[in-house]
Amino acid sequence: MAVPTVLAPPAPEQQAPPPAGQRRWYDGTAAHVLLVGLLVVALYPIAYMIGTSFKSPQEIFNNLDIWPREFTPGNYSEGWAGIPGVSFGRFFLNSAVISTGVVVGNVVSCALAAFAFARLRFPLRGMWFALMIGTLLLPHHVLIVPQYVLFNYLGWINTPLPLVVPKFVATDAFFVFLMVQFMRGIPRTLDEAAEIDGCGPYRRFFHVVLPLTKPALVTTAVFSFIQTWNDFFSQLVYLNDLSSYTVPIGLRLFLDSSGQNAVGPMFAMSVLSLVPVFLFFLFFQRLIVDGINTSGIKG
Amino acid sequence: MKDTVTTATGPTASGPTGATVARRSETGPPAAGVRRDRRREAVAGYVFLSPWLLGLFGITLLPMLYSLYLSFTDYDLLQDPDWVGVDNYVRMFTDDPKFWHAVGATLLFGAVSVPLKLAVALGVALLLYRNRRGVGLYRSLYYVPSLLGGSVAIAIAWQTLFGGQGAINEVLGFFGIEGRSWITNPSTALGTLVLLAAWQFGAPMVIFLAGLKQIPVEMYEAASLDGAGRAKQFWHVTLPLLSPVLFFNLVLETIAGFQGFTAAFVISGGTGGPADSTLLYTLYLYLRGFGDFQMGYASAMAWVFLVALGLVTALVFRSGSLWVHYADEGER
Repeated sequence: MAVPTVLAPPAPEQQAPPPAGQRRWYDGTAAHVLLVGLLVVALYPIAYMIGTSFKSPQEIFNNLDIWPREFTPGNYSEGWAGIPGVSFGRFFLNSAVISTGVVVGNVVSCALAAFAFARLRFPLRGMWFALMIGTLLLPHHVLIVPQYVLFNYLGWINTPLPLVVPKFVATDAFFVFLMVQFMRGIPRTLDEAAEIDGCGPYRRFFHVVLPLTKPALVTTAVFSFIQTWNDFFSQLVYLNDLSSYTVPIGLRLFLDSSGQNAVGPMFAMSVLSLVPVFLFFLFFQRLIVDGINTSGIKG
Repeated sequence: MKDTVTTATGPTASGPTGATVARRSETGPPAAGVRRDRRREAVAGYVFLSPWLLGLFGITLLPMLYSLYLSFTDYDLLQDPDWVGVDNYVRMFTDDPKFWHAVGATLLFGAVSVPLKLAVALGVALLLYRNRRGVGLYRSLYYVPSLLGGSVAIAIAWQTLFGGQGAINEVLGFFGIEGRSWITNPSTALGTLVLLAAWQFGAPMVIFLAGLKQIPVEMYEAASLDGAGRAKQFWHVTLPLLSPVLFFNLVLETIAGFQGFTAAFVISGGTGGPADSTLLYTLYLYLRGFGDFQMGYASAMAWVFLVALGLVTALVFRSGSLWVHYADEGER
């Protein structure tokens, strides 16, 4: 602060009020009004969803208030009963199985690969790393046809396998990259100390690096879960059998049946489908909101 | 120096170290030991890397090659692939109006939704940054749409909101604007998808906020002492110093923007309608591959997509050298 004051000519100092004074307008209520107003707009669709999920069929298109006049929790039990033969609970179970598998797969396989890239010297490491970065930008729509052919050949269609197994071989390059970045931030002296004490690469991984990588592991787990839970494209491709459907694919069934009576239950199940993601958000809020930007800025 | 550091940290590194030190001291001369350690590390490197390598070849590279082969064939999953040369590509470019509709819709979607989303994200980030009180709460709440926006549930809500009897028309009616079904009108259907994309501005906003925090306050102080007003400060201090972050967001959002699928599928009922107006490229690829089971054609589309996305990304990176300002190169 002192230096610029000395260097700056005195005249402009009078023209421009000091920064603190300039900020006064924004500190005032005007900005808060704007921010709250925008927030209302931004959160309206979610409130609308929740409100509609409690409305009776007649009310849905007549009463456009968020709050239902006649509270109809029956939408939830009706939606949960699902399609004849399959309850919505089945879809939740399928989604939970797949998401859990993906979380475990990503955490384990990406940590292994990241340790090799971040900490070990071996021939061709640079080349493999470049390839890993290359796959980072690869859109997965490009691979969907040949992978479908492969998994179809293996008889994996309508099972969780095509959605889970690829995660056990570290195909989510983003998480490998995230962990590499994180591990690079762990002081190397810790490894060296362990090495001098006679720890080989395996022990260094399990006893030194892995415990310190915990924040990145948790980030990976949380994001893997949310991504998989919300994923639609690959589940749509691989799951065609009603009993193998996940929540997003199940929700689509309501759209297809498209009768006016199905709207309430459809909204009820839509709300329910977002609950796990929202719970994750509540518990890991800091990590979710901060996690991406720290990994982002470094990248 | 190194020795003192390592011996200092040695005892704190807990666990099984003691036993191995004793065993280690018996092994031969250091030179051979180092060489053996090197080899051991190289082997370990490949052990740790082996799952990833398996995935790279088994799930990524070989399938990519196979897809390149398929793109020159007719293949419906039932009969063996039938070699047709470049026929799929020729057909795509010269004899498939839907393909061009898809390209047009995707480019329009990307060109409007990405700048709009980034502009809103930056605007809100600036408001939040100036306004430290309650920043944490606002940040989290604004982030919620990004968290949920990609789901089928939100797409369903969007469809109802913007449908003929939806709540949006009620709001517009209040302002005297006549409502219509925004979803079934070819000239507005894509607009609803753009709005849905821009609505999820929370994720880039959070990144902008982190970037804004890294701009030293002295910069603003110096600028204001030099007589720069608020607008000038934004153009000459904030924007240049934020440009690496803006660039990062632009790359991320461009890549994501071209891959939009879920909302287009749900809102159009899996057709890309009305009149192909929401037929995003990935949706058309899906319909060809998994609706009509034209695996060869879909593979050709995938390769065109890959090349096009590569070109667009390269273009973004190229443009970056013109307007991205890195702090370390600016210092004299």
